[in-house]
Amino acid sequence: MAKKAGAKKKAPDKKAQLNDDIGEENRLTMWRLQLEVRQVEQRLHDLFFQNLIKGTSHLAIGQEAISAGFGAAMRPDDYTFCTYRGHAHTLVRGASMTGMIGELMGKECGMLKGKGGSMHLTDVEHGAMGSYAIIGAHLPIAAGAAWQAQYNKTGQIAACFFGDGTTNIGAFHEALNFAVVWNLPVVFVCENNLYMEYTPISEVTAVEHPAADRACAYGLPSIIVDGNDADAVFRVATTAFDKARAGGGPSLIEAKTYRYSGHSRADPATYRPEGELEEWMKKDPIPMYRQRLLDFGVKEDVVSGIEEAVLKAVDEATEEAKASPPPPLESAYEDVWADGGASWRN
Amino acid sequence: MAELTYREAVIEGIAQEMRRDEKVVFLGEDIGKAGGVFKATVGLWDEFGDLRVRDTPISEQAILGAAMGAAMTGLRPIAEIMFSDFLAVCWDIVTNQIAKSRYMTGGQVDLPLVIRTANGGGARFGAQHSQSVENWAMMIPGIKVVAPSTPADVKGLLAAAIRDPDPVIFFEQKSLYATKGEVPDGEHVDEIGKAKVVREGDDVTILALALMVPRALEAAERLQAEAGISASVVDIRSLVPLDTQTILSQVKKTARVVTVEENPRLCGWGAEIASIIAEECFYDLDMPIVRITTPHIPLSSADELEDAMIPSADRIFETVRQEVD
Ligand SMILES: Cc1ncc(C[n+]2csc(CCOP(=O)(O)OP(=O)(O)O)c2C)c(N)n1
Ligand SMILES: [Mg+2]
Repeated sequence: MAKKAGAKKKAPDKKAQLNDDIGEENRLTMWRLQLEVRQVEQRLHDLFFQNLIKGTSHLAIGQEAISAGFGAAMRPDDYTFCTYRGHAHTLVRGASMTGMIGELMGKECGMLKGKGGSMHLTDVEHGAMGSYAIIGAHLPIAAGAAWQAQYNKTGQIAACFFGDGTTNIGAFHEALNFAVVWNLPVVFVCENNLYMEYTPISEVTAVEHPAADRACAYGLPSIIVDGNDADAVFRVATTAFDKARAGGGPSLIEAKTYRYSGHSRADPATYRPEGELEEWMKKDPIPMYRQRLLDFGVKEDVVSGIEEAVLKAVDEATEEAKASPPPPLESAYEDVWADGGASWRN
Repeated sequence: MAELTYREAVIEGIAQEMRRDEKVVFLGEDIGKAGGVFKATVGLWDEFGDLRVRDTPISEQAILGAAMGAAMTGLRPIAEIMFSDFLAVCWDIVTNQIAKSRYMTGGQVDLPLVIRTANGGGARFGAQHSQSVENWAMMIPGIKVVAPSTPADVKGLLAAAIRDPDPVIFFEQKSLYATKGEVPDGEHVDEIGKAKVVREGDDVTILALALMVPRALEAAERLQAEAGISASVVDIRSLVPLDTQTILSQVKKTARVVTVEENPRLCGWGAEIASIIAEECFYDLDMPIVRITTPHIPLSSADELEDAMIPSADRIFETVRQEVD
């Protein structure tokens, strides 16, 4: 349309943009959640190199916008099911940082009392129903939690997060078909970070988009979202959750993203082509979101105030975890059974 | 008391608990409208409807995964795995997920669920539909393992399993489905973890499970009549928890013990019990512990071959007579 002569170029209404369908409160929440995830992951990485954390860990640095976007869109009583790369998804539900850092350090204060470690973080009280380390297993389990919500008409949904590599195991396909035929309120989210452990997903997958291109096999629309943009993730999450709560059944969402570190602590990620990491770091979700908030007129001191508060919380949690004793030896014989014990005979 | 078949007792046990508790739901392949491939769930769908008795696709991981997710969020699901052999295709959910989640989460997760499955041989189905796999389950910390031999125990132990706060695998012996027995009237709930002395004797204790119990009893009658040997027969009923008190007291009394196991030889449940007896009452024994098992081979489908491999009343009779003499 031709511009009216003499019409003044209107400045964008920042307030209106900030308070669109997502709104300022959700945006500040997502800002905080992304920072919490990044800061905790970086701290865990440091603690590993100080040998204060043993075993393994799978960081989600670079993928924060997905957990933050979905986390902010969830109701407190919704269920999260995630993988061994699950620190982020557990944290965004409101799990204790001390409990998380302590668990990785093998301390009594750990959220699993030192019995699970990095790959099994769970906080049932906050709806974080577990981190699952056998590829694919938690997809049908999430469907079962959604069945409960459907049966009891609670309006809850189950959100289930997994990687691109997981789309090639049978449990993925069983769970998708099952959830569709039972019309369950479950949202399956594939975080496509381009790699399984070390092999590029494109080398081992029959289709280009490992999740989205399979959706049609289950009568579902193909949904792809920019997994580095928390706002885009929040919108796609809200749409899928609303549909599930309204009885519209499951969704399958593929979020495109990238992990900055190797698959796990042991992996220097030398298999990645030169320059790939650098290209993705230009799309880093955190500086991008910071700039968006400033562009929307959020004051610099509000933005940096959240940064400082998160760092302080991570520092405090680290010290608390360090100060916690190891779990008592008797605890190894607790909680096999509902009676609290481990007895298999009389 | 009413006389019921073993399969009718399955139906009664499930129905009793579904009437009592709305949280009890039931899922599996062909269990609803069709009434189950062994006709052991006939009528449940008619009484409880689509919402509580749900037919599933052929997706064993989805069946057990869904049962787990529902259990950890407040339902009390019963999941059917049509043949116990098929547990192999969803063993991850059983052994890595269901059995370990309470422990690994520091006690945060409750898993009140039952996996019912048709177990064992005798039906000429061949090696992939005839296995006795209760010992697979027994090896995993975190699951209770029950295998009843009579209709009364089916109903009472199934009700107990459904009420149990822990996951239970409930092995129904498929050759027993048509057998009959007295079942108490009204609500009937038994206790998991208690063996039953089904025949008192002085000379030898025969330990048996599921289909091996009626065969051990038949052998015991013949031992008495034909060889003057007085045998106790203990129906183990539950492998986890294991009622070692009942077992050890019978063994001490008779000073001789024979296990009768349908599973192939290696790592059968009798091996574990034999080791407990050897450790805890070796000096009470008058003869080495004897294990009668299916040989360590896959089962065949031909009548003669299958019958010759699974311990029979004849084999139990002959073995005990020779060993006790
Ligand atoms: C059944 C099974 N097979 C293999 C593994 C080993 N494994 C752990 S993580 C992983 C890669 C998974 O890739 P993806 O699903 O893309 O998730 P990402 O690690 O990229 O988040 C593999 C093969 C496993 N844990 N479970
Ligand atoms: Mg991946």
